Amino acid sequence: MTAVVGTRMLRKEDPELLTGEARFVDDLVIPGALHLAIVRSPHAHATIKSVDLTAALAQPGVVAAFSGADLRSEWAGPMPCAWPVTEDMLNPEHFPIAVQTACYVGDAVAVVVAETDMAARDAAELVDIDFDVLPAVVDLEDALSDRVLVHEALGTNRSYTWELIPAPEAVEEAFANATHTVVERFVQQRLIPSAMETRGVVAVPAVYGGEFTLYTATQIPHILRVLAALTVGVSESKLRVVAPSVGGGFGSKLDVYAEELLCLALARRLRRPVRWSEDRMENTQATIQGRGMIQHMELAADADGRVTAVRVRLLADMGAYLQLVTPGIPLLGAFLYGGVYDIPAYSFVCTGVFTTKTPTDAYRGAGRPEATYALERAMDALARQVGVDPAEIRRRNYVRADQFPYSSSGGLIFDSGNYEPALTRAMEMAGYDDVRAEQKERRSAGGTKHLGIGLSSYVEMCGLAPSRVLSALRYVAGGWESSTVRFLPTGKVQVVTGTTPHGQGHETSWSMIVADQLGVNPDDVEVLHSDTSIAPHGMDTYGSRSLSVGGTALWLATEKVIEKAKLIAAHQLEVAADDLDYAGGTFTVKGSPDRTMAIGAVAFEAFTAHNLPDGLEPNLEASSHWDPPNFTFPFGTHICVVEVDEETGKVDVLKYVAVDDCGTQINPLIIEGQVHGGIVQGAAQALFEEAIYDDDGNLITSSLADYLVPSAADFPSMQTDTTVTPSPTNPMGVKGVGEAGTIAAAPAVMNAIIDALSPFGITDIDMPATPQRIWTAIQQAGGTNGGPR
Amino acid sequence: MKVAMTINGTSQEHEIEARVLLVQFIRDVAGLTGTNVGCDTTSCGTCTVLLDGESVKSCTVLAVQADGAEIMTIEGLADPGTLHPMQEAFRENHALQCGFCTPGMVLAAVSLLKENAHPSEQEVRSALEGNLCRCTGYHNIVKAILAAADAAGAEVPA
Ligand code: FES
Ligand code: FES
Repeated sequence: MTAVVGTRMLRKEDPELLTGEARFVDDLVIPGALHLAIVRSPHAHATIKSVDLTAALAQPGVVAAFSGADLRSEWAGPMPCAWPVTEDMLNPEHFPIAVQTACYVGDAVAVVVAETDMAARDAAELVDIDFDVLPAVVDLEDALSDRVLVHEALGTNRSYTWELIPAPEAVEEAFANATHTVVERFVQQRLIPSAMETRGVVAVPAVYGGEFTLYTATQIPHILRVLAALTVGVSESKLRVVAPSVGGGFGSKLDVYAEELLCLALARRLRRPVRWSEDRMENTQATIQGRGMIQHMELAADADGRVTAVRVRLLADMGAYLQLVTPGIPLLGAFLYGGVYDIPAYSFVCTGVFTTKTPTDAYRGAGRPEATYALERAMDALARQVGVDPAEIRRRNYVRADQFPYSSSGGLIFDSGNYEPALTRAMEMAGYDDVRAEQKERRSAGGTKHLGIGLSSYVEMCGLAPSRVLSALRYVAGGWESSTVRFLPTGKVQVVTGTTPHGQGHETSWSMIVADQLGVNPDDVEVLHSDTSIAPHGMDTYGSRSLSVGGTALWLATEKVIEKAKLIAAHQLEVAADDLDYAGGTFTVKGSPDRTMAIGAVAFEAFTAHNLPDGLEPNLEASSHWDPPNFTFPFGTHICVVEVDEETGKVDVLKYVAVDDCGTQINPLIIEGQVHGGIVQGAAQALFEEAIYDDDGNLITSSLADYLVPSAADFPSMQTDTTVTPSPTNPMGVKGVGEAGTIAAAPAVMNAIIDALSPFGITDIDMPATPQRIWTAIQQAGGTNGGPR
Repeated sequence: MKVAMTINGTSQEHEIEARVLLVQFIRDVAGLTGTNVGCDTTSCGTCTVLLDGESVKSCTVLAVQADGAEIMTIEGLADPGTLHPMQEAFRENHALQCGFCTPGMVLAAVSLLKENAHPSEQEVRSALEGNLCRCTGYHNIVKAILAAADAAGAEVPA
């Protein structure tokens, strides 16, 4: 059998998605289900004085309606936060539905349950709530002043301060001795993840058996099962969580959400299935948002531009409450503010701050895009100071290939890397020298359309996560993954995985791994996932972990299957196990190429159990639980070429080149797709997207008409390539690729824009770089009409 | 009120409330769930269907407005068990990831090629402006549509 790993195998998932046969939560037909509508606070901050449900209850079709106080007794505990990042972190207790105070626009304050969705929504409009409006606090620095407290009882808006300063004196010394220092303040605007499928939930009770099935559009059925059981107070063994087809997540479905707990609690209370379907406005307000930071970034460098220290201070916007991993998001970037560079001294401090806005949490890249952005913007600033090309400043500072495994000053061990070839290749593909030459020509010609070239080199830490490291970071669970592989009697293979794909194509990639290991056709491999009854052990999908952790668990399980099969084959062929070779699904007696046994035949023998070695159990099946010894460290360089029209401020992306290294590749087709999608999401942060709040805490961008998710017309086709530096962290050498594009793209695009505007003396533009912002910056710099002055 | 239309060749006659949208009629009344809903501001195009051969966002049309019309949803694009050439092209070019935008995207693409058999890349991109995808960055969607146009061209030599 020829190897399939490394080929561009088409996805097994596609036919059912292409034909409408796939079932998303909203597509599930659940007889007798009631519909939940949620009344949400129209105020960013308000005390709930009274909730009058009378009019809503009188509506036809309405079955029940409740306030937060009515439902308080349903909760065995408050909403969970799994990452108390410091011992003294402040975490305001909150419940799936506000009891006394609403703390952001969209906070749930009452619920209506009716026979139809329309009846529930109509009645929800009639719930009469008397609010006492409190002042909002929207701006991060304002929040830190404690002028307005989000949670009176805490006495402060500061949730925590977390530090990573391994050698403080070294940092001080580096800055004292620096020839060049870069001091920058960057704003990471809030983003709305905007998966195309909004969230949906159905809770189905088995009234006599006492079980519940929770169908939900989630990335984390396993984590959710544990925490929903604890929060709602049902037995974990009576709760089955199923994620059917899920229409994208990007971190926004990596949470334990109020609506999941509400459906579950109401199904228990009303003894009927309860379903909820999020509309897009709710998705912008009640689903977590991403980013939301102010970054103070400093570099110290010697005369040649070699960076000697990095010092970072962050303010991170938690929003109104701590969701599942809200406080930990900045920590996922905390180790990477030195990026791909060999920087000896490191200082990172982050303060988490409450505001009266939607909670933040993981959004594609989670902490790492923020780190890469600040560093790559600062590296360009350094290049300008030193007077060298951005490519040269990067070359001078890269960790060299012979330094791996590399101990970073931030305290991580980078498993493998080779940074310069990715840069060189990207420059080749971009025609870097030609574009620079054209830029020079245009500048001397003095036109109004300015060329800019932006680079960004990145390294990410993926494969979340070594459990011991998680423990050191005070995360409450482990980071392993699990898989079971079993042969069925006819030689087909069933795989059970604890990962939860929602667009990543695990069924395809996992089948490819098994096909090569067990010598079967990938079409004969069935991959089961995303249902806690079928796959009881799992840590789900996020942080580019699925392949490097889940794929490794799978690989190890196939090894165990082969090991057992070998014992049976040896018995059947009447030789010692050591006398067998194994390749491509066939055992061969060493030195006798005609004496063979296919693993499928072994599987049948294992099934009939007629003639097994003494003491060996029937069937070919094995499980593995893999806890990675380290993270993996994918890397690469992206280059963006833009044209900025000084008369309109409009940016046209002319060219986008990406060279990524995610280690060994299972399916290049899927890898490219992940990179493309990531790049456009990252570029969208640079160019279009921002969750805008007014001073009263109202979200202005609460629809897809106001929040500018890019369309096909907004970005060009991309040129991608890869280098391959296998990871020594796992046996396949894989690293992960789900977040790479998002991490690299925003700084590449912004560096290009600033490069284009440099003749005006402009060195900073906030994201998103809208035409308005750029035009204003040019005006303030005294530009336009006839080009730079 | 009573509304009658043909969906994928099957006549659908039902008593509905006047405010029912075409997409609700398709999903909740006719039970065809391949057509998705991704927004409430007619921005995303996940609800795209063909109405008398033209692509429309079915969340912008009241079911009563489609009275007497011929509707095609993603379920009706190819015979059961087969794929339409556009669906094939999407698969060949990995033009879908989570697949939520895909039914609408495929139908928008089919309708585009009906109007313009050999669009340029830029024309494809402009034509898709009303169909959002959060997963693919559009790169492979555009590639798939251009490939489908090429393949169709090859079958009918000019
Ligand atoms: S559902 Fe978004 S355009 Fe129709
Ligand atoms: S494939 Fe996920 S939204 Fe397009």
